[in-house]
Amino acid sequence: MAELNTDKQYSPGEHPQLPPPFKTRGADLWLRENLFSSPTNIVLSILAIYLLYKVLPGILDWTLLDAAFTGSDRNECRAKAGGACWAFIGERLQLFTYGFYPLEERWRVNLSFLFLVISAIALLWENCPLRKPLMGFAILFPFIAAFLLVGGNGVKLVVGIVCIAVVLLLVYRGFSSLFAMILAIVTAVLLKFVFFGGIGVPFTDIHINGLVNLEQFTQLNLKKVSSDLFGGFMLTLIIGITGIAFSLPLGILLALGRQSNLPIIKYACVLFIEFIRGVPLITLLFVASTMLTYFLPPGTTANLLIRVLIMVTLFASAYMAEVVRGGLQALPKGQIEAADALGLKYGPAMRLIVLPQALKISIPSIVNTFIGLYKDSTLVVVIGLLDPLGIGRASLADTKWNGLTNEVYLFVAFFFFVSCYGMSRYSLYLENKLHTGHKR
Amino acid sequence: MSAASSTSQPSLFARLWYDKDNRSIVVQIIATVVLLWFFGSMVLNAITNLTAQGKGFSFAFLSQPASYDINQHLIPYTSRSTHLQAMWVGIINTLLVAVAGIILSTILGFTLGVLRLSKNWLVNKLAYIYIEYVRNVPVLLHILLIHGIIIHSLPRTREAWSVLSDKAFISNRGLFMPSPDFLPMFKFVLAAFIGAIVFAWLFRRFARSLQAKTGTQLPVFWVSLIAIIGLPIIAFIGTGQPINWEYPALKGFNFQGGMVIRPEFLALWLALSLYTAAFIAENVRAGILAIDHGQSEASMALGLPRNRTLNLVVIPQALRVIVPPLSSQYLNLAKNSSLAIAIGYMDITATLGGISLNQTGRAMECMIIVMAIYLAISLTISGTMNYYNKRIALVER
Repeated sequence: MAELNTDKQYSPGEHPQLPPPFKTRGADLWLRENLFSSPTNIVLSILAIYLLYKVLPGILDWTLLDAAFTGSDRNECRAKAGGACWAFIGERLQLFTYGFYPLEERWRVNLSFLFLVISAIALLWENCPLRKPLMGFAILFPFIAAFLLVGGNGVKLVVGIVCIAVVLLLVYRGFSSLFAMILAIVTAVLLKFVFFGGIGVPFTDIHINGLVNLEQFTQLNLKKVSSDLFGGFMLTLIIGITGIAFSLPLGILLALGRQSNLPIIKYACVLFIEFIRGVPLITLLFVASTMLTYFLPPGTTANLLIRVLIMVTLFASAYMAEVVRGGLQALPKGQIEAADALGLKYGPAMRLIVLPQALKISIPSIVNTFIGLYKDSTLVVVIGLLDPLGIGRASLADTKWNGLTNEVYLFVAFFFFVSCYGMSRYSLYLENKLHTGHKR
Repeated sequence: MSAASSTSQPSLFARLWYDKDNRSIVVQIIATVVLLWFFGSMVLNAITNLTAQGKGFSFAFLSQPASYDINQHLIPYTSRSTHLQAMWVGIINTLLVAVAGIILSTILGFTLGVLRLSKNWLVNKLAYIYIEYVRNVPVLLHILLIHGIIIHSLPRTREAWSVLSDKAFISNRGLFMPSPDFLPMFKFVLAAFIGAIVFAWLFRRFARSLQAKTGTQLPVFWVSLIAIIGLPIIAFIGTGQPINWEYPALKGFNFQGGMVIRPEFLALWLALSLYTAAFIAENVRAGILAIDHGQSEASMALGLPRNRTLNLVVIPQALRVIVPPLSSQYLNLAKNSSLAIAIGYMDITATLGGISLNQTGRAMECMIIVMAIYLAISLTISGTMNYYNKRIALVER
């Protein structure tokens, strides 16, 4: 550096802006600091570069550069390229997405998915326009989606939604939740009485006829689709979202029960949670598929998907309960004491003071539990449901595409990676956002 | 609550519901009744349904012959053995893969966790990519993928890779290794090994008391390591190498003789270990990051060198943070081993909960046993880890 003349005297404020010395800037510094800062680091870097050199070209070749994206069967793929045969996935993409859902009814799946996206945006994006009404929609979403996917009479759904909306509105307006629920049940019974062919009095033969039978208005009827036809990523989403939607409230109740002063309730919750956490999900799924019907009243049957959904929800709720319990325990005791001092009853104290704070603390862990549940939904393949893995394995039996296991598994893995990574990023973002003021 | 009664004596409902003590009793009685009704009706339904099918509830089927084969059995088993024996084979296979998985995943997890904290950008990012890929893909897919890779990319029996001039073979039927046949003299090697462990323990006690008295530190780790490895080797050579190796050899369509690690075990073991290791790595990273910088700075200010700072200051404190989540990872690994059924590794879910269940139709009995076994395994792991956690926990006032 020629201009670096130490003899030269500068008056204050006239010193030229010199660049920093070569070794303390740019790529050289970065390399020095991040890759070659010590002998161990040099060795590690060289090993890592060697590993990449050995592995990366092979992976790239197989998945992209030397892969066949078109072709009608395996031999055609093999003739074209030595790597993966993605044409297989392309041909089966519909199957992977919808399972065996009837072709002409697939708009219902698409519509449900659209609703799912809307609900997700409302729930996850804080500054979303119209957030409040959309949140209400998100709470109703599981019921709407169930109706859309299974089909049947739509009038009942409308009535159900009205009842739930009444509960939500009343609770929101500050009514006691018990009162709101009783009111909603009364409304439902009344509506059934008035509009749906009357009502039978339990344990008797008495049947009171209704005024109007709305079920004869069939415009809202959707063709019923058997749940045996559900499959693919749609099934994964159904299991995951049902588990998420129902395990959180159930988990909160279990966690509160576990923290309760009432010994019977406490130990019932402890037993349930520890039992579920002590056995693998797969054994619970076996229970659902082989022996759950034994415990139902004789003559009743529940289809396999419903049984699996119940088991998955119970399973996830036990884990959720532990996560929420962590949040409850992290809350200073002063909060509950303050609620007591204000004269709040148990319900309002929990709803207004304890739970909002406890849930806020445990949001990242809740999201992690969701990710776990979502990944665990693949296990249903073992009892014969056609999730993406099941579809993949069934497709592999096709002689045209024999032996393309790696393509199938990697494709499914990619799908799970994208969705789970997204969720974990979101959880990280929340963690950072919520990391204010609650550092202990 | 009519106006007349509320003036002097509150109504019965008010007394039961608005008094805190009474209400808790009422709530619990209601809860008990509901629970009893729920479980009672479940049991009654089960009895009705089972008698309707003419099955009843009995464990007698356990003593009937199982009549199916299990390819990996560490205890004697043939297809004429009983379902009970099949159950034991399954339990041992489950425990084998769980213990092997816990060991490998701990080693890999701690290594990855440290690499993830490395200042080396490349290593750090590689560990990050690995951990994120593994954590965000279901374990069942890992198992199937690794199983598929082993089956498809390893050579067939005829073209098996030979290791160490035909002493061991690698094929898609498994790793065929020589099996040891211990001669009577081998008990001296065993004795030397036990003696070395006792010596290491005594030496550690001695070194501790010496350090407490004089402050002199002895190289406990290296002395113990040399003793535990060296003494058995000396005994082994001294007694004239009392092991006969039985080498596998290609006979007919497969290798005969020797030991074999089957691809199912290998796939399950590797997949479970790699999957759990990614989670353990994150726990280790969080544990080490949880230790305040001040701790290591204080230790270095006291003049402790870097490795002692790690061993004496950082790691003992980090362990307190790491161990609780670590034990739940171990539990997950043990429970995930039930996925063996997807690739045909015969663990307890696949034997008793799978084939035995389908052959005898005794779903209720089989599932009760299988769940009880998993509960026992889970309780054992969490009990052990709780004990360890208590030992390393911070002793406060």
